[in-house]
Amino acid sequence: MGQTLFDKIWDAHVVSSSEGFPDILYIDTHFIHEVTSPQAFDGLRQRGLPVFRPKQTVATADHNVPTIDQHLPIKEELSRYQVDMLTKNCKEFGVELYGLGHPYQGIVHVIGPELGITRPGGTYVCGDSHTSTHGAFGAIAFGIGTSQVEQVLATQCLLQSRPKRMKIEVNGKLQKGVGAKDIILYIIAQISAAGGTGYAVEYAGDTIRSLSMEGRMTICNMSIEMGARCGLIAPDETTINYVKGREFAPKGEEWDKAVAYWKTLYSDADASFDEVLSFKAEDIEPMITYGTNPGMGIGVTQHVPETASFEAKEQGSYKKALDYMGLHDDETLLGKPIDYVFIGSCTNSRIEDLRQVAEFVKGKHKADNVTVWVVPGSKQVQQQAIAEGLDKIFDAAGFPLREPGCSACLGMNEDKIPAGKYCVSTSNRNFEGRQGPNSRTFLASPLTAAASAITGVVTDIREFLKEEELV
Amino acid sequence: MATKIFKHIQTSVVPLPIENIDTDQIIPARFLKATTRDGFGNNLFRDWRFDENDNPKADFVLNHPTFSGKVLVAGKNFGCGSSREHAAWAISDYGFDAVVSSFFADIFKGNALNNGLLPVQVSDDFLKKIFDAVYADHKAEVEIDLESQTITISSTGEKESFEINPYKKACLINGYDDIDYILSQKGKIEEFELAR
Ligand code: SF4
Repeated sequence: MGQTLFDKIWDAHVVSSSEGFPDILYIDTHFIHEVTSPQAFDGLRQRGLPVFRPKQTVATADHNVPTIDQHLPIKEELSRYQVDMLTKNCKEFGVELYGLGHPYQGIVHVIGPELGITRPGGTYVCGDSHTSTHGAFGAIAFGIGTSQVEQVLATQCLLQSRPKRMKIEVNGKLQKGVGAKDIILYIIAQISAAGGTGYAVEYAGDTIRSLSMEGRMTICNMSIEMGARCGLIAPDETTINYVKGREFAPKGEEWDKAVAYWKTLYSDADASFDEVLSFKAEDIEPMITYGTNPGMGIGVTQHVPETASFEAKEQGSYKKALDYMGLHDDETLLGKPIDYVFIGSCTNSRIEDLRQVAEFVKGKHKADNVTVWVVPGSKQVQQQAIAEGLDKIFDAAGFPLREPGCSACLGMNEDKIPAGKYCVSTSNRNFEGRQGPNSRTFLASPLTAAASAITGVVTDIREFLKEEELV
Repeated sequence: MATKIFKHIQTSVVPLPIENIDTDQIIPARFLKATTRDGFGNNLFRDWRFDENDNPKADFVLNHPTFSGKVLVAGKNFGCGSSREHAAWAISDYGFDAVVSSFFADIFKGNALNNGLLPVQVSDDFLKKIFDAVYADHKAEVEIDLESQTITISSTGEKESFEINPYKKACLINGYDDIDYILSQKGKIEEFELAR
C-alpha cells in the first residue's frame, strides 16, 4: 500500500509514538511573532527552561506594527510594549529576530518562504493559524496556540495526533481573470467553513500544478478557513526553482542531496485518502464573499442566497450575518458601492500579487469614493516593488504602497476599516469586526479588488479584461 | 507545571445558539496586546456584549439577568478562525469550565484542553435538547463527568457520551503537563536529531 505525501513527511518526523498518546513530532522550524509568544516565554522563565533549539526558531514583528513611518517609535503604547517584549525575549533566549527596520522583516508566512527557510519535506509551526501557507512547498505546516508555542520552544517538538487525509483535485483551464484566490474561495464555499476540520488536505490536479508558488501559497494559506489542520501541495520543478538560491536554501552538495529527497515527496498512486473531492476549473468564476465566514462566498455575478434555502436551525445565524453585512436575501453584489480596498495580508501580498495589480491599474485611477491601501508582505517585497517601479504606478493610480505588516487584515494595529464601511479585501477572513469594529468585509482576489477600486463598486474583472482586449 | 484539573461538574448553563462562532468574536484582535494570560474575561465576546460606548447590550446572553453557570453551550463549529489561545483564556477567565457544542474547530479544541477548559462535543440532537431545557427553565442544569465521558441534562436524565483523547483525559484528571511529558523523552529527541 502506497503512502500519501502527508504521511511520508509525518513519519520522517516522529520522535516517538506510543499507543494512547499523541505522537511526538519533531519541528524543523518554529516561527514566532509578537502576539502569541510573550506568555510562552514567560512560561519558560517560570519553568527555568532555555529555548531548546534557538537556531531553529525565527522571530518577526508583523501583527501589531504600523504600516507607515516604521522608522519612528510605535505610537500606540500597548503595541509598542508588545513589540519591545519580543525584542527583549529574543535577546534573552538567543533567538534571531527580524524586527521592524530589519531588511528581512515582514509577515511571518511571507518571510519564511522568501528566505528559503520553508522547504519541501519540512515541518513548520507558528502561533498563527495561517501557518498552513508553508504547506505550498510540500511541507507539514500548521498553526498552534500559545501553550504549544511554549512546548515547541522548550522541546522543538509538538504532541500531535495524526489527522485524517483528504485530497482535493482541481483540473481544467481557468477562465481569464480567475486565479488562485478564486479557486480557494470557491472550494471553501462548496465544502463550508468547517468542511475540512480534522483533515490534512493535499491539493492536486493539473490546475493546481499550473500555479506559481505564490498562487499555491494563496491556496494553502486559506486551508484553515475550511477548518483543515493544514494544506499541502507536492513539490515539483516550480517549487525547486523557487527555493533555489534563496538566502537560507541549502547550497552545493547539500542542495543536490536535498533535491534528490524532495523528488521522492509525492502521494503514491495507490495511496489512500479518507476523502477525495474533485472540482472543475471551468466552473470557477471570480469569487466574492457576502457573509461573515469565508465559506459564505459566491461567484461575483451570483445572488446572495435566500434565508429560506437554509435549514431552520441555521436561519438565525444566517440572518445575523446578513444583517451585520447590511445585505438582504437575493441581493446581487455586482455594482454595490464600496469604501475601502485592502490589497495585502499573508494571502495576497507577495511580489506576484503586486505585479499583477500594478499591471492592471497602470494608466487607471481609483474612484473618488474609495480609499486604497496596498501593503507589501515583507520588506523584501516592498524593496522589489520599488526596484521594479511598481510604487510609481500605484501612486499614479491612487493606490499608495505602504510598509510591510498584517495591516488591515486584523483590527489590531492602526490600520482599521471604520464601522459600517465596506472593504473589498484580499485577506482571508470576513468575520464580524475582523478589520475593525463593525467593519464589513468582502473577500476577493487581488484583481477583483483592484478593479473594484477603479470603479468604486463591486466589479466583475472579466468585463474589464474583455474591454481591454477590444482596444 | 500542573495543568488545571477537571473531573466533574454540575451547573446551570449559558446558551449561545449561534453557529460558526469564531475566535475574533470570542476575543477581538484589539484586545490581544496583553503579554500575560490574565484579565481576558472582561473582553470575552466584547463586541456582542458591549456597544461602542462600553454599555452592556441588553439582548446579549451574558448580560441577561437569569442565565448563568459554568458551562457555555454554543452552536456548531465553535472556535473557528484564528489560533489565538486568548480565546480559551477569555472563556476560562470569565468563569466557564466547559464549552458544549455539536462541533469544535481543531485548534480551539487543543487550546481549550491545554487550559483545563473542557470542550464537550455532543450530537446536534442533544445540543437542541440542552437548548430546549434551558429555554424552558433558565436554571436547568447539566452534569458533566470526565471519568465516564458523559453529559447529562439533570432535569430529564437524558445522557450522552462524548469523545476525548485518552492522553488529554489523563492530563485533565491528574493535572499532567505536556512539556513535562515531552521532556521526559528528551533522550529520544536528541537521538532523533543525531540520526537525521
Ligand atoms: S496577515 Fe492576517 S492572517 Fe496573515 S498572519 Fe497577519 S493577521 Fe494573520
